[in-house]
Amino acid sequence: MNITRSTFLRAGLAAAATLATGAPLLAQGKKLVFATEGAFPPFNMTKPDGTLYGFEMDMLAEIAKRAGFEYELIAQAWDGMIQGLIDGKYDAVIDSVTITAKRLEVVDFSLPYTTGGSTFAVMKESGIALPGTGTSINLDDAAATDAAIAQIAAVLEGKTVGVHVSTIQADFLDKYLAPRGITIRTYPNGPDVYQDLSNGRLDAAMASATNIAAFLEKNAETATATGPAFSGGVMGKGAAIVVQKGKGELADKLSAALQSMSDDGTLAALSNQWFGINVTPKL
Amino acid sequence: MDLTFISGMFQKILTGLPLTLNLWLLSLAGGACLALTLNLMRQNRIGNAIAATYVFVFRGTPLLIQIFMIYYGLAGFGFIRQSFLWPFLRDPYWCGLLALILNDAAYSSEILRGGLRAVPKGAVEAGRVSGMGRATILRRITLPIATRQALPAYSNEVISMLKATALVSTITLMDMTGIARAAISETWRAVEILLCAAVIYLVISMLVTRASAWLEQRLSPWQFGRTTP
Repeated sequence: MNITRSTFLRAGLAAAATLATGAPLLAQGKKLVFATEGAFPPFNMTKPDGTLYGFEMDMLAEIAKRAGFEYELIAQAWDGMIQGLIDGKYDAVIDSVTITAKRLEVVDFSLPYTTGGSTFAVMKESGIALPGTGTSINLDDAAATDAAIAQIAAVLEGKTVGVHVSTIQADFLDKYLAPRGITIRTYPNGPDVYQDLSNGRLDAAMASATNIAAFLEKNAETATATGPAFSGGVMGKGAAIVVQKGKGELADKLSAALQSMSDDGTLAALSNQWFGINVTPKL
Repeated sequence: MDLTFISGMFQKILTGLPLTLNLWLLSLAGGACLALTLNLMRQNRIGNAIAATYVFVFRGTPLLIQIFMIYYGLAGFGFIRQSFLWPFLRDPYWCGLLALILNDAAYSSEILRGGLRAVPKGAVEAGRVSGMGRATILRRITLPIATRQALPAYSNEVISMLKATALVSTITLMDMTGIARAAISETWRAVEILLCAAVIYLVISMLVTRASAWLEQRLSPWQFGRTTP
């Protein structure tokens, strides 16, 4: 065949036509892509062969069944995950992301599926014990919060507390404990916090109660949870699925499925299966 | 582009400038001392072998891996956590600075070695004839000439160390990059924030380039068509 300028032109036009007519077809039968971290037990974890599993994976399978869509899960690092969502690399993020006012400025959320609650972990050999273990404090209750913070700050003064960067726990530590002479160290990866807690660089670590429970499951002999469980206020309104701003239709679809799962008890059953307790809110 | 956001971000990132400058200048100073020691060691065969192995290892592995090895690797050994070194290695600052010094020394020692080899034999002999001792020759003849020869290559190393300090943000240090990364996962506006950080690094390296050009002219005025003042 003689390649001339018109050959290219014709090929280009044909390609453009395919793209123009193909796009709407793709949108209809398209699989939704969900991003997760795969490193936040027991919400989402990765098997040695790369398969993702955990509470959120089971929940998402059920949501997809009820809302009637097909989906695909991909693993992403936490820092940059939401930027990727905004850039449209995937349709939604399911990674125990808590609803906060700051995040609502740039993305939308479905209904929440956990109530949250965050606490501290320490190594037993450090001998640190925070007051109020087993109680829970709502940060919207200023009097109770101040009393609890004063007691905790007295124990932790001059010590170092580690936390996953840019999480609600990091906001909490910045707001309440950093001004009281406690050093806050932030980590780009969640698991590194526990590593430095184990080797003694950190005196305490803060994370969601569910995440700490997963750490303690493997380290029950050497580590322990301590202090009250904090929720409300900067700790946000529970974890939810994140979608791009303006994709209300998708958020509604996900919320409707979550609502029906909450109504018939499926969500509570999944929570009991993965956490041993019901951490889901009454929707 | 949101100008108030960007100017606020500049101020926020600039709070990390002292740590970045601290790590950068101290690692250059420490690296230069170690580089000189390595070159002085090269005078006999065993010393030469040790220096060559050191350069081979630290120049041949990524700085990021060296940082992780020192920060996470050493902390894994119980006997190190019991030893007198632990008060230092417990702190991410010392781990980061140590890694930067060790890495910089490997590159700087090779640059200095090139400079030293370019010192004319005649100059050293002239010194000896004038009755100078070995230390005086090193101080008054060899090192000044070697430094002048090595300067253009060394200014490269100075700039690359500035950028290398960004890696310490991976071990929780809040240098300019650390602050920028934290701000990104907080506000999720990567482009603006990274641009702010990049501009600051760019300005510092521009100053280094200017300073090194000025120094080069000062040290070898005849090469720029001037006579010694």
